[in-house]
This record gives sequence, structure tokens and C-alpha cells, in this order.
Amino acid sequence: MTVATFEASAPFHIPRWLAPFVVLSFAYIAVPFIGTNYLFEAILLPFLALSLAGVGLNILTGYAGQVSLGSAAFLAVGAFAAYNFNLRIEGLPLIGSIILSGFVAAAIGIVFGLPSLRLKGFYLAVSTLAAQFFVQWALTKFSWFSNDSASGVIDAPSLSIAGIAFNGAVGRYIFSLTIVSLLTFFAYRLVSSQTGRNFIAVRDNETAARIIGVPVLKTKLIAFAISSFIIGVAGVLWAFTYLRTVEPAGFNLDRSFQILFIIILGGLASIRGAFFGAALLVVSPLILSRLGSFLFGDLFNSGVLDMSQRIVLGALIILFLILEPDGLVSLWDRIRKRSVARLNKRKHVGRAAQPTQ
Amino acid sequence: MNSMNRVLGGPATAYFPADIAAERQGLGEPVKPLSAAQDTALGLDGISLSFGGVVALDNIDLAVRRGEIRAIIGPNGAGKSSLINIISGVYRPDRGRITIGADRFTSVPTQKLARLGIARTFQNLALFKGLSVIDNVISGRAYKVRSTFLAQVLGLSGSRREEADARGRAARILEFLNLNHVSNRLAGTLPYGLQKRVELARALVAEPAILLLDEPMAGMTASEKAEMAEFILAANREYNTTIVLIEHDIGVVMELSDRIAVLDYGRKIADGTPEEIRADQGVIDAYLGVAAENIDGGGI
Repeated sequence: MTVATFEASAPFHIPRWLAPFVVLSFAYIAVPFIGTNYLFEAILLPFLALSLAGVGLNILTGYAGQVSLGSAAFLAVGAFAAYNFNLRIEGLPLIGSIILSGFVAAAIGIVFGLPSLRLKGFYLAVSTLAAQFFVQWALTKFSWFSNDSASGVIDAPSLSIAGIAFNGAVGRYIFSLTIVSLLTFFAYRLVSSQTGRNFIAVRDNETAARIIGVPVLKTKLIAFAISSFIIGVAGVLWAFTYLRTVEPAGFNLDRSFQILFIIILGGLASIRGAFFGAALLVVSPLILSRLGSFLFGDLFNSGVLDMSQRIVLGALIILFLILEPDGLVSLWDRIRKRSVARLNKRKHVGRAAQPTQ
Repeated sequence: MNSMNRVLGGPATAYFPADIAAERQGLGEPVKPLSAAQDTALGLDGISLSFGGVVALDNIDLAVRRGEIRAIIGPNGAGKSSLINIISGVYRPDRGRITIGADRFTSVPTQKLARLGIARTFQNLALFKGLSVIDNVISGRAYKVRSTFLAQVLGLSGSRREEADARGRAARILEFLNLNHVSNRLAGTLPYGLQKRVELARALVAEPAILLLDEPMAGMTASEKAEMAEFILAANREYNTTIVLIEHDIGVVMELSDRIAVLDYGRKIADGTPEEIRADQGVIDAYLGVAAENIDGGGI
């Protein structure tokens, strides 16, 4: 009897699949019922698109260690490519244009990834700026990309797959959620494969990686291609499900930095980190504006809001880099580990306290 | 096998299962006694290297026989690490040729090194800090990977087989080097001595014909050194792995090596068996004199 009480207290353990399963069931089943239009349009849709862009950039920068400041360019390529495929190829299903636009982004990603074969770190980051400026210039300069619209603005087509329309806020949310889930699963599988190990090997020690036979050049280009593919699709979601009308100017350097901040704040080399970071970046301006107007009333106008956003974001980044360089994800993991440990302790104490007879 | 048991007291047999031994025999590297002097695994002819105006290596010849443990010793700055870096293609020599098996190179193509049968460790650790110990070791099999990233993501049977094979070999190596207990730790979080051993594991898992060890015992305690020496001997005897060893501890070198080359200021000043080196007046003057009390192996 005394033995049995202690044997029974197996440590509390969370299976790996449980958290994604719970989150996804909640997102698919509960959220469409309880969510308001505002929640979908202002929070969840941008959150999903930015999260996916963060996942894409994290593969390149977090895992493979290649710093890129050109993410917004690949968002733009995805958005405009999908628009044109949809417009110009008769009878191509929507999902077909999305996949093709991912491939276009991947191809352009490989081209702008070529400098990475010779450049590293800061120098590479600067060379990816070329993608940023070139793509924006090309989309503005050649009006063919925006179907000769005078302002360069494109309108999203009606979203429907196999005859089912996804044009309402909830529909677009489900549409976006599905694509994000699928590509996130793909990314998760990728980073835990041999190719994912090669990414980290190249990032942590390129010379050692080359010597043990990791194909360094190929690995870098694969990282650029896959990352750009995912960011390209995120661009389609940004344009088609969130904003519905976009122009090249919307994909500027600020956007590239925003995605870089997402993975720095969320956690480099972590798939979950992209979601944490995107949540913080989408929600914090809203909280800030509520808080500001609550505290300062009319004094807190949009100009002040914009400025204070930048200040808070900048301060957050500096704080994270110093205090929590592994991002929100490691903060989260520490809290979770601590609470699981506390739970186990309580369980154990509870059982031990029972009378043994 | 006897020598193996002498060295390791037996438990390492799990590391070298019969199938690997058979595979190596199939590769045309039968275990045979070292008699033929011309049976050269690695040769350097007239290698010179300079950085700017500083001569690091001056007309170095070095022959490494198949299956031997070949030590390169010399004071700091003698050019030992430069030599290893030339063999592994990190540096390109100004003059001279490198022969690996049947291939001759003016500079060794680093990305083909693993396929040429060469693995190495680094003087300053070069582990992948963001990978777990087992993943570091698995990555030592990278040169064998044939499957595409898509096959890996989709989990197609070919890539799953590759993964299982690499994981199995890595687990056996970890077992052999007594690293089981840290297999899931991030490599960067391990103490120095263990990181050195993980690097050896990553090199060994590639089943190299030639293993280059750049100061594998630097910074280790006496017992860690003794353990490392046993692992090196075992890898050499059981795999018939040719080993090129750079090490400062003369005692260890004298004990382990079949032949020793001595470098000083980028020139080779002596080359021979440990006995010959011990008796060489030039070596004693240039190098060993300062560490005479260590010559008889007292340093281990």
C-alpha cells in the first residue's frame, strides 16, 4: 500500500500533438461562432498572413542564418503573381494561382539568394535590399502587373474553391487559417528533417558544415526558395483575404522590417515564434491606442499613436534582445515548464500526504 | 580485436557491428597487416603556404600509411594546423600536391572531402550549437543523403530509411563514446571536454578512411585525455582508420603514434618512429628539450 501511493504519481506530461490540436480545434470550431467582424478583419486576418510570412522568414533567417530585408518584396510578388494568374489564365482554380504565385516568389527568391553564396551577415542583408527596391520599382513601373490600373492598385478576386465561396469575414478567415495551417505543418516537417539540420549546420558553422559534406550552396538556395515560396503565399493572403485591395507601395521596407521584428520578438529558429511575434505586433498597436485614448483622451490622436507605436516597438525590441534573445517562445516555454513542475509537485505532495493505511 | 579489448575492456563491440565491418570489407579496404611502405593513404609533396609575407609551411613532404596513427608535433606556430587545413581544403597551398588515395590535388575540394573518405575535428570547437548532440552526430552522415527535401517532408520511404540508418549509426557512436546520457542536450550547452568528444563522434559516424584530429585533447583533464586516447586507439584498430593527429601532449603522442613528424617554423625537421624522434638531437634541441621530463609518457 505504501509502495502503491508513490508508484501511482507518474509525472504529468503533455503529448506533443496536443497543443496544436487544441489550438486548431478552437480556431476552427469556436472562433467562427464567438468572433466579431472586428476580430476577424482587424486582428485575425492580418495575424494569420503575418504569421505565415514570419514562418517563411524564420526558415531563411532563423534556421539557415541568412539575414533578409526583402520579405515585403516576396509578399508583393506573391500578391501580384496570384492576381495576374487569376486574371490572365482562364479557368485556373484559385488554389492553382496561389500555388503558382508561390513558385514565382520562390524563383525570384533564388535569384536574389545568389549573393548569399558569397556574402554573409550584414553584407547579405544589404544585398537583399536590392530585391526590396527592385520589386517595388518593377511593379510600379510596369502597369501590366496591375492590369493597367492607373494607381497601381489591384482588387482581390472573389475567393471560391470548388464552388464554395469564402468572401465573408468568417469565410476568408477559414480560408486563410487552412492555408496557414498546411504550410506551417510543411515548415515544421522541413525543419525537423535532414534538410532542416543542414540549415542549422550552415548557420552555426559553415566551414564545418562544408567539411562534413553538407551541400552548403544548395542548402542556402533551398532555404531562399522555400522561404520565398511561403512568404509569397502569405502575400496572397495579405492581399486577398485581409486588405482586398493592395498597391505596390504597401509592400515597402517598413513591412520587411515588421516581419523581421516578428521573428526576433517571437523567437528565431522557432515555428511557434512567428505566431507569437505576429500576435504581439498585430495586437500591441490596438492595445496601445485603446490605452492611449483611455489615459489621454483626445490628446492621443493618430499622429501621437503612430509615433508612440514606433517608440514602444523599438523599446520592446531592445528589451527582448537584451533580456530574452530567444524571444517570446522561450519565455512561454519557461512559464509552461515551471507550471508543469508545480503541478507535479502538488500532485506528489497531495498523494504523499494521504494516510498510508 | 584483442587490442580493442585491451583498450576498452570490451563494451565497445556494440559500436562496430558485423554489418559495418562487412560493408567496409566490401568497399575494398580489407584489414591487413601494415607491411607495404608504398601503401599510402595520404601524401603531401612539396607543400608551401604563406600568409602575406609570413611563411607558414615550407616545402613539406609527408606520407601517411594506410592504417597508421601519424602524429604531427611542433611548437606553437610551427604550421601544424595549417597542414591539416590544407589537407581538408580550408587553405589552398601556394605550391605542392596532395594525394588522397588515388586522387591528386593542387587544392583539395572541401565539399568533396567527406566523399573522399576524410573527416576531421577542429582545434577550436566547430559543433553546431543549435542542434542536439544526436543531431550533430547525425549531420556527420550528411554526405550520404540522397533524398530531396520534398521526400523528407513527405516522409517517403527512401528518406525514412536514410534517416533511420543515420540515427542508428549515430546512436551506436554515442554509445561507444559514452555520450548516451547527453544525446538530447543542445551541443552548445555541454562542458568543453564533452563537446570535444561529440566532435569526434560526428567525425567517426562518417566512417572515414582518414581521420584528421587537430588537438583533440587540448584543454582536457588527465583522465579525459586518457579516455580520449583510448577512443582514438579503438577507432584506429577496429575500423582500420588512418589517423593524423596533432597534439601538444608529448606523452600522449609517444604512446599513441606509429610515426611522428616534427615541424618547426614551417619546416619538417624530423620524421620517424617515436623511438627515433626521442633520440633525434635536432628535435631535442628545437622542441623536446624543453619538455624532457615528459618524453617517457609521464604526461598521460
